[in-house]
Amino acid sequence: MSTTTDVATMRRSRRRRKRRAGAPSTSNVGAHIILSIGGFIMVFPFLWQVVMSLSSTAEVTSVPPTFWPEELHFENYVEVFRQVPFLDQLWVSIRVTVATVVGQVVLCSLAGYAFARMRFAASATIFAVMLSILMIPNQAYLIPQYQIVQKLGWLDTVPGIVVPMIFSAFGTFLMRQFFVNLPTELEEAARLDGANSFQIFWRVMLPLARPSISALAIVTTLAAWNNLLWPLVVTSREEHRTLSVGIASLNGQYVIDYPVMMAASLMAMAPILILFIIMQRRVIEGLAHTGLKG
Amino acid sequence: MTQAETVASAPGGTADGAARGGRRRVPNPDGIWPWLFVLPTLLGLAVFYFWPVIQTAYYSFTKWGVFGGAEFVGLDNWIGLAESGQVPRALLNTLLYTGMLLLGIPISIYIASLLNRPGLRFSAFYRVLYFAPFVSMPAAIALVWGMIFNSQYGILNQFLGIFSVPRIYWTSTEWVALIAIGIVGIWSSLGFNIIILGAGLRSIPSEMYEAARIDGASNWRQLISITVPLLSPSIFFLTVLSVIRGMELFDLIFIMIGDSNPIKGDTQSMVSLFYREAFISNNKGTGAAIAILLMLIIGALTVVQFWVQRRRARS
Repeated sequence: MSTTTDVATMRRSRRRRKRRAGAPSTSNVGAHIILSIGGFIMVFPFLWQVVMSLSSTAEVTSVPPTFWPEELHFENYVEVFRQVPFLDQLWVSIRVTVATVVGQVVLCSLAGYAFARMRFAASATIFAVMLSILMIPNQAYLIPQYQIVQKLGWLDTVPGIVVPMIFSAFGTFLMRQFFVNLPTELEEAARLDGANSFQIFWRVMLPLARPSISALAIVTTLAAWNNLLWPLVVTSREEHRTLSVGIASLNGQYVIDYPVMMAASLMAMAPILILFIIMQRRVIEGLAHTGLKG
Repeated sequence: MTQAETVASAPGGTADGAARGGRRRVPNPDGIWPWLFVLPTLLGLAVFYFWPVIQTAYYSFTKWGVFGGAEFVGLDNWIGLAESGQVPRALLNTLLYTGMLLLGIPISIYIASLLNRPGLRFSAFYRVLYFAPFVSMPAAIALVWGMIFNSQYGILNQFLGIFSVPRIYWTSTEWVALIAIGIVGIWSSLGFNIIILGAGLRSIPSEMYEAARIDGASNWRQLISITVPLLSPSIFFLTVLSVIRGMELFDLIFIMIGDSNPIKGDTQSMVSLFYREAFISNNKGTGAAIAILLMLIIGALTVVQFWVQRRRARS
């Protein structure tokens, strides 16, 4: 894997040089036309969501449609807080996401490092057995997980949603793949200086793992914020649910207006959407990283 | 890709370790540390993942009383799955959806190849457009698309009306609802596909395209003869991943096919049926059987894909 990446970076830098040297030989007008039409289709649902969220119910349900509301109904956004326990659910979602990310990063980098860099009995066998989890779909352990959480009295709580999610075979694998490729010299130098295994990990190796940690954090943030099935199963009271479950339960409720529903769904996805668009470059690199390694 | 590569590389780790020190002569410098590092994860995985899979497999042979006691009933649940008609239909729906997700891959290849044209301006901007759906909450997206597909005042029917297409009941007609869900599925997976393919594309040397251009190959020809063959590792990875994601369809179908939908019975996925059986109807035994069946099918599909890929690689 490492050789391919080396070749890739070499080629990339060669190409970059070339790009600077000469102007593109082909015209890209056709590409721009196709990409803009496609891009419009991709963002249209978001634009339409914004328009609907600012319209009145009458305008949303009118035939033919009103493409732009006569006046902007910002009060729909205020209505969200009155009609659904949005702030409670937002707070649950934030705690769930932060706890899952921190838990996974800590546990997976520890375990991944040990599998990559340390010698212990049967480590290869244990690692292979652990990876077999990746073949198994979530549903195959959901019922017993629910029973465990129930027995612990964690139904309807943040720990109930978070705890099973902080253990990750995938995350451990991802971190191991990173640590395995680091040069041994650093480790040996630190060992000669009298550092113990934990100090080597903590002071020397972990700071180098930032790209992998951020890749893992990105994937986990997305999964934790957007996950529906598990939090749906372990929560039942509206104000203890995550935003994802809260939004899902708006469907088919006749008490809620469409524009308010659109405003709520926009506010629920906005934090992650905005965060990820701002950090676009890093997110794309991170996802490509997990994809190539995974 | 995940499984084969990792299983292959797992022993590699120890080989490195052995080569570094020579097991006998140098005392292990790590002592107890590795166990402190791996135990939290291993215990957690054992308690929340390994043991539960075994339990689920056992549950699939049990029936649950109202007060929770499980009684061994042999193959009853499994026979029930085959006889109900609901599970075969859910399986068919899930496979059709998975097929539609796979159609997203050629689209992604085309768009990724356009996005990675040398010297293309605004490519970062385009990338954001295609990428946004992937990072958006599926539950929220499903609500928005539900409005777009609304038969009465949804914008899509209004738009199609311009071309005098009669009103389509997108989310309440059997089979058609599946297409609607498939469209949303493709729409939200394109961004991820494009990122993975983009990483693959950047490793194709530009000299190949230059040589092809000198030989007079059209853009289309270059796409078919250079891009697609050289991308095949990324394409294979996306195929495996899309099959797994497709088979685990839940969010979109759960929201877009609400409880009041007349086609609810025929338009379930394996996972949504699992959820209904295990957690709404409280038939944990049937739910467990569905989950194990799904696991076996995903396993089989993955094995087949690796087998096909290996044969193709050899020839």
